[in-house]
Amino acid sequence: MQGKNLLELAGAISSGAVRVVDLTFTLSPDFPVIVLPPEFGQAAPVRIQEISRYDGRGPAWYWNNLTFGEHTGTHFDAPIHWFTGKDLPNNSVDTMPPKDMIAPACVIDGSAGAAQDPDFLLTVPLVEAWEAKHGRIPERHWVLLRTDWSKKGWRDYANLRDDGAHTPGPNAAVMKWLVEERGIIGFGTETIGTDAGQAGHFEPPYPAHHFLHGAGRYGLQCLCNLDQLPATGAIIVASPLKIQNGSGSPLRVIALVGAS
Amino acid sequence: MLQRCEACGAFAYPAREACPACLSAGLAFVDAPRRGALLAETTARVPSDVYFRERAPWRIGLVKMDCGPTMVAHLHADCVEGAPVLMSFQLDKSGQAVAFARPEGETPNMADDRQWREMTADPKFRRVLVTNGRSVIGQEAVAALKAAGAKTVFVGVAEPWRPFGGEQLLRGQQGIEVVTLDASDEKSATDLAADIGGKVDILVNTTEYVRPGGLLDRRGTSTARDEIDQAYLGFINLAQAFGPAMRMRGADGTNSSAAWVNILSVYALANWPAFGAYSASQAACLSLSHCLRAELRPGGVKVMNLFTGPVDTEWFQTVPPPKVAPRAVAQAIVSGLRGGLEEMYVGDVAEEIRQRLAANPKALERELDK
Repeated sequence: MQGKNLLELAGAISSGAVRVVDLTFTLSPDFPVIVLPPEFGQAAPVRIQEISRYDGRGPAWYWNNLTFGEHTGTHFDAPIHWFTGKDLPNNSVDTMPPKDMIAPACVIDGSAGAAQDPDFLLTVPLVEAWEAKHGRIPERHWVLLRTDWSKKGWRDYANLRDDGAHTPGPNAAVMKWLVEERGIIGFGTETIGTDAGQAGHFEPPYPAHHFLHGAGRYGLQCLCNLDQLPATGAIIVASPLKIQNGSGSPLRVIALVGAS
Repeated sequence: MLQRCEACGAFAYPAREACPACLSAGLAFVDAPRRGALLAETTARVPSDVYFRERAPWRIGLVKMDCGPTMVAHLHADCVEGAPVLMSFQLDKSGQAVAFARPEGETPNMADDRQWREMTADPKFRRVLVTNGRSVIGQEAVAALKAAGAKTVFVGVAEPWRPFGGEQLLRGQQGIEVVTLDASDEKSATDLAADIGGKVDILVNTTEYVRPGGLLDRRGTSTARDEIDQAYLGFINLAQAFGPAMRMRGADGTNSSAAWVNILSVYALANWPAFGAYSASQAACLSLSHCLRAELRPGGVKVMNLFTGPVDTEWFQTVPPPKVAPRAVAQAIVSGLRGGLEEMYVGDVAEEIRQRLAANPKALERELDK
């Protein structure tokens, strides 16, 4: 590609001809995090502690100390996060190829199903129906599952009940199929986790994690504004923090959307 | 407690070097019979001390104790000259022990006496913040404080998006206000204090984070860090958010702030290796509580520490009885506040640890390691 084309892209972004959509929730202590049974280790919650704010602790400057787990807020999952991807080369956020951080996306709208059933599952027939309309999912594309889950209040968003979370996600067959038959680069959701709330009971458990990371692919979760993306053609920029041997990271996810 | 001569049995007051009856030097402090009679009473109308001048008129009197000495005491309004009274030492607003005389029998609304309330932190009519309503102790504390006549009980709930057992007991109840509070988060504590910091009369810190294990059976510092975040840093966040306003409001008319309550493990006093890191986090909180007490004292706000052994909750499931019922902890909070106490030991285990620590700390250390 010519340098001139890149400049054209920059100009289009600047003029608004290419829209930049922020797919990220604000990283804050209030945002729900994954809840594991208490006997397991827990993600440190997001904490923002002031170092100084133009005061005696630092008269001219404002800054904070941050603590958070790798999997808090809108975040990225690297292959090393799951046992299936533990032995792959370049499987952590600091060693993954930077070119994987920019890729096109197919957005599948599951919002109608999720509105009716919090345990709504994306299936192969549903994706095939999507393909009939929008064409075959190309290799190395993100598949983003829109559920409008990000528009809910936090309580309904986490939707925890006595038997765990009830939130939509993919079933096992569609994850295996998307990875093996379509060669997707990753899978993204609006919910906490790439997997459905009840995915611990699936075969295999947590199939999105299992198949994606086992094949060196990535996950994005806690996304928002997916309703502002076209079914095809958006470019996702998702570059996690370069944490040494990191399994994931909160990050700013943006989408570039051309004129329709 | 008064001095009693070990030789002749005479009680002495004020404190002396030698027995006024037989000159023996053996004067030990013992629990003295509390009954006496009010000899004479007077009312100070323009006291010289600023504190009492604001609260004038103030009644004091001379009480002849049945066990001998005559004492100057603050008087309950229902005390009558010549009638029998019950004496106790109470901690006044400055933290000094002072003699207080109450009528021997119950009188109507006895606990509502103005001078008595100055010496105590009775939750009746007061607004209380219970910091953690997710725990069973927190929920029992809310119920007990409400039953004791608290005007409003604010109940902190962290991560309100997470449902929890007993939630329906708190939400939508008259006089109970559920508020968002994650004590381990500085901003959460500050935000809540901005809303209600000016009307918390009593703060009950029910932070509870119990995990088994000491040093060698754990991997890494994640759990220890959680313990410190929840218990120790949570304490600091609460103190920094609510402490300054409470100290300022220590003499804010009839709705003044009165007390801060901590629920601590008795293993703050002596490490229990089975819960060794938890014990250490509690020891840190105990030390902090003494600092808080000193810092709140200028405002006349009391700090009460309530020590318990293992409580009958999930994280002590593997511990054999005796265990303290959460309800007993809640009742102790109320009775401690009513008495204006600084320290309470709830349950047999806590009391036993206290006694054994006083008798032989090294023996206790060795025994706890079984």
